[in-house]
Amino acid sequence: MTDFLLELRSEEIPARMQEKAREDLARLFAAELDKAGLKAAETISYATPRRLALILKGLPAETAAVSEETKGPRVGAPPQALEGFLRKTGLTADQLVERDGVLFAVVDKPGRATAEVLAAAIPAVIRAFPWPKSMRWGAPSLSTESPRWVRPLQGIVALFGSDVVPCAIAGVTSGAATVGHRFHHPGVITIGSADDYVEKLRACHVIVDGAERRAIIALGAKMAAQKAGLSLVEDEGLLFENAGLTEWPMPLLGRFDEAFLAVPPEVIQLTARVNQKYFVCRDAAGKLANAFVCVANIDAADGGEKIVAGNQKVLAARLSDARFFYETDLKVPLGEQVAKLEKIVFHEKLGTVADKVQRVAKLAEWLAAEKIVPNCDPALARRAAELAKADLVTGMVCEFPELQGLMGGYYAAAQVEAPAVAAAIRDHYKPVGQGDDVPTDPVTVAVALADKLDTLVAFFFADMPPTGSKDPFALRRAALGVLELLTRNGLRLNLWEGITRGLRGMTDLRVSPETSDEALAAHNAAMESVFTSLPTFFADRLKVQQREAGVRHDLIDAVFALGGEDDLVRLLARVKALQAFVGTEDGANLLAGYKRAANILKKEGVATASAPAEAGAQGSDGLHNPGPLLSQGNGDAGFAYDPEPAEAALAAALDAAEPKATAAIAAEQFEDAMAALAILRAPIDAFFDSVTVNDADPVKRAARLGLLARMRDAVHNVADFAKIEG
Amino acid sequence: MSEPLSFQRMILTLHDYWSTRGCLILQPYDMRMGAGTFHPATTLRALGPDSWNAAFVQPCRRPTDGRYGENPNRLQHYYQYQVILKPSPPDLQELYLGSLAAIGIDFTKHDIRFVEDDWESPTLGAWGLGWEVWCDGMEVTQFTYFQQMGGYDCKPVAGELTYGLERLAMYIQNKDSVYDLAFNDAGVTYGDVFLENEREMSKWNFEIADTDALFDLFRKAAAECERSLEAKLPIPAYEQAIEASHIFNLLNARGVISVAERQAYIGRVRDLAKGACAAWIEKKSPEWEAAYPGWTA
Repeated sequence: MTDFLLELRSEEIPARMQEKAREDLARLFAAELDKAGLKAAETISYATPRRLALILKGLPAETAAVSEETKGPRVGAPPQALEGFLRKTGLTADQLVERDGVLFAVVDKPGRATAEVLAAAIPAVIRAFPWPKSMRWGAPSLSTESPRWVRPLQGIVALFGSDVVPCAIAGVTSGAATVGHRFHHPGVITIGSADDYVEKLRACHVIVDGAERRAIIALGAKMAAQKAGLSLVEDEGLLFENAGLTEWPMPLLGRFDEAFLAVPPEVIQLTARVNQKYFVCRDAAGKLANAFVCVANIDAADGGEKIVAGNQKVLAARLSDARFFYETDLKVPLGEQVAKLEKIVFHEKLGTVADKVQRVAKLAEWLAAEKIVPNCDPALARRAAELAKADLVTGMVCEFPELQGLMGGYYAAAQVEAPAVAAAIRDHYKPVGQGDDVPTDPVTVAVALADKLDTLVAFFFADMPPTGSKDPFALRRAALGVLELLTRNGLRLNLWEGITRGLRGMTDLRVSPETSDEALAAHNAAMESVFTSLPTFFADRLKVQQREAGVRHDLIDAVFALGGEDDLVRLLARVKALQAFVGTEDGANLLAGYKRAANILKKEGVATASAPAEAGAQGSDGLHNPGPLLSQGNGDAGFAYDPEPAEAALAAALDAAEPKATAAIAAEQFEDAMAALAILRAPIDAFFDSVTVNDADPVKRAARLGLLARMRDAVHNVADFAKIEG
Repeated sequence: MSEPLSFQRMILTLHDYWSTRGCLILQPYDMRMGAGTFHPATTLRALGPDSWNAAFVQPCRRPTDGRYGENPNRLQHYYQYQVILKPSPPDLQELYLGSLAAIGIDFTKHDIRFVEDDWESPTLGAWGLGWEVWCDGMEVTQFTYFQQMGGYDCKPVAGELTYGLERLAMYIQNKDSVYDLAFNDAGVTYGDVFLENEREMSKWNFEIADTDALFDLFRKAAAECERSLEAKLPIPAYEQAIEASHIFNLLNARGVISVAERQAYIGRVRDLAKGACAAWIEKKSPEWEAAYPGWTA
């Protein structure tokens, strides 16, 4: 068994691409070897800024020999058939083997030298490599067919054992030579085999293992901060980025003028992180300190003094720019900045940001006034919404768009807006994606909800819903944001009403007495389409959200199949109760009884009495389709004959359970409704044990089917159990 | 380290370095432009199969970066040092590092990094892959392998180095303000040469420039570009595209171009520049195809 080493050395590979490239190299190589029937006992891959490396351990010297058998004509078949077969296989008649009257061609393929397989695999993998962006270079690029790589390829080390695997691509020929660190060890070094690769390079100031470089940076940065009496603000992204920019990482602590701390800490952190890839530090009190940690790629002769001085100067220039923006922005009241929003296009089909602000302000005010968001002063909600987007035209947000909201919050607070208004401006974009904080402050909730609802209504109005993987306006995230705001805060928003209100904003801006009939018709049609498409979109997002939260998809379907629900909080309460119920023994048994009843009814063609199942059958399991949630059983308590005891018991149980369940549902006590149904479990079991539904007497048969239908319909009051698996 | 190089000596050192490595030393193009890449020695010469190696200083104008001479790091007029090598040589990074060493950067004490930065010029219909080169955290050079120019594939690919001369000089001379840079070795500073220029040009760019006249100039440059294209004169056409691009930058600095219009203006300039590149290729192709059998645009 022999080990294989491959190093593809290039000019600097972007940090963000290295980890995936390392995995791709291993994966593509494994696939090439697999085609030849080879498999490594162990695969290790490395990435640095200047090299991708792969070590495959335990490869055989040759691929296994195979014997391929091809079936030919029968003995005694027409001579043409035999001739054709011989031509195809390239054998003579005496080389064929006969078995059970059939002729076979047997070709023994000897094993191939593994080195040969590897030599062919290297250029194949290079040509097929899935870089996110690749390029041509040098003299071969006279043709656009020249090989592509992420940056110019400089060298290939390919060793099988200690022998070079010969191959050539893009003007580069494989060998055993590579180079060490660009500045510490620029000369050529010769690798003996896979065994000495890592250590030889380490001796030349290259740590090939990215995980090791990350660990060095993490520890070194932490120690540097500690030595200065500070603590490091850890940042996984920066670890990867700096490890991808260095072959010999050296974390160094630098300082900046304390006066810059007057600028909001988020701005300093972002400037340091995004522009310079620096870590920041906190002091003992947990406040941002005037220090940073940069990661150099050399062990400098002067201990890093000049490097630190240089980096301090760069950061100072950046921070002084940031401070200039901050101070300039502070001088202009947000109320004045708002006027400039008229010049910013929100979307070409949807007018300016100023238009949006106007709609959101009305919607936020309404949410507060109607107490949909309780304990919220409508005037504050309106004010916050009016100012919420003003920071988009400030110098700081133009420089760092990711500070939108946050800067507005700072400016509003400095300009003595109410604290609730400043907080709402700051947080109204939240929640941004899953796991983000969900606002709970009433004014913030009103503005955040209004902003997202308006975005959804507007883009659906303009017929631009997300399609497939394309969601350029982040509408799925907006819908999820609405759901989280509603559920986290227990808000009772009737979705129809919310959409209607949102659309009113569009109408106010677009329809006037001068609007032509055609334009008005188009406007109305667009509004109609929002009512068809947006609730379904919400329903889909809700299903995704619940599924990701670990709720069984069949339980979600069971509740959604009821239809007619436009209150998400109520809908989720039902899902939650159902999930708890089916987990109990009563629940599981009731489900079994239900399924048995439903099967019989189906076979006998007894339709469901209530709307919900029909809504489900039509596939419109959205939130619209207004219809009764509560169905009444079609049962008739009286029997026209002398019922068997189990029959009577079931009827009595239904008489008791139905009103209880109905009342509990009306009171939105879904656990109670489930508990009421649970008492049906024993009677239904007993009924199936002792009563024959398919009685010869049509009266008895009808009455018994009627009982089962009552049972089924009672259960449908809480969910469509037919959708539940198990 | 010996006495750091003055601004002019640094330029002379780079000229000498690249001259001995086979580059033509050209002079700045005599038009206002936003970046050295606009110099026809870069843009037009990046097209075609023939080899081309040149180095030159190009004054750059970025009206919106003007700060009335009050910001120590920002200028509306500054210098770029451009090197273009076609095809890109295999040792381009080493050649580049050699030039840094020549102007006094000691790699045992300074941290040089190649940080991903893909270059794209929407107004030139051009893109390339490369890096910004950091020296102790400061970007000192843009290093690009051109992949497309004027919408055409670069065959072969050219390597382009763009040094920010003022930044490098501030670095080498350890100065906090660009205006304190030693321009020569006899006590003349960068501020002596350019401070008043920055004050006046910032005021003109932001406050005085006649926007009606500028709109008119833009239209006239665009029209002249098209007339030149009809006359099969790609070089004059390209000059008018450069002119239109700079006028657009001035209008932008005056704040009279709305967000929606901005894209339309950029698109217009791109069409002019692409038209000039296309005309250049059309004119030169017979010559190129004859010299490089099998080559096509």
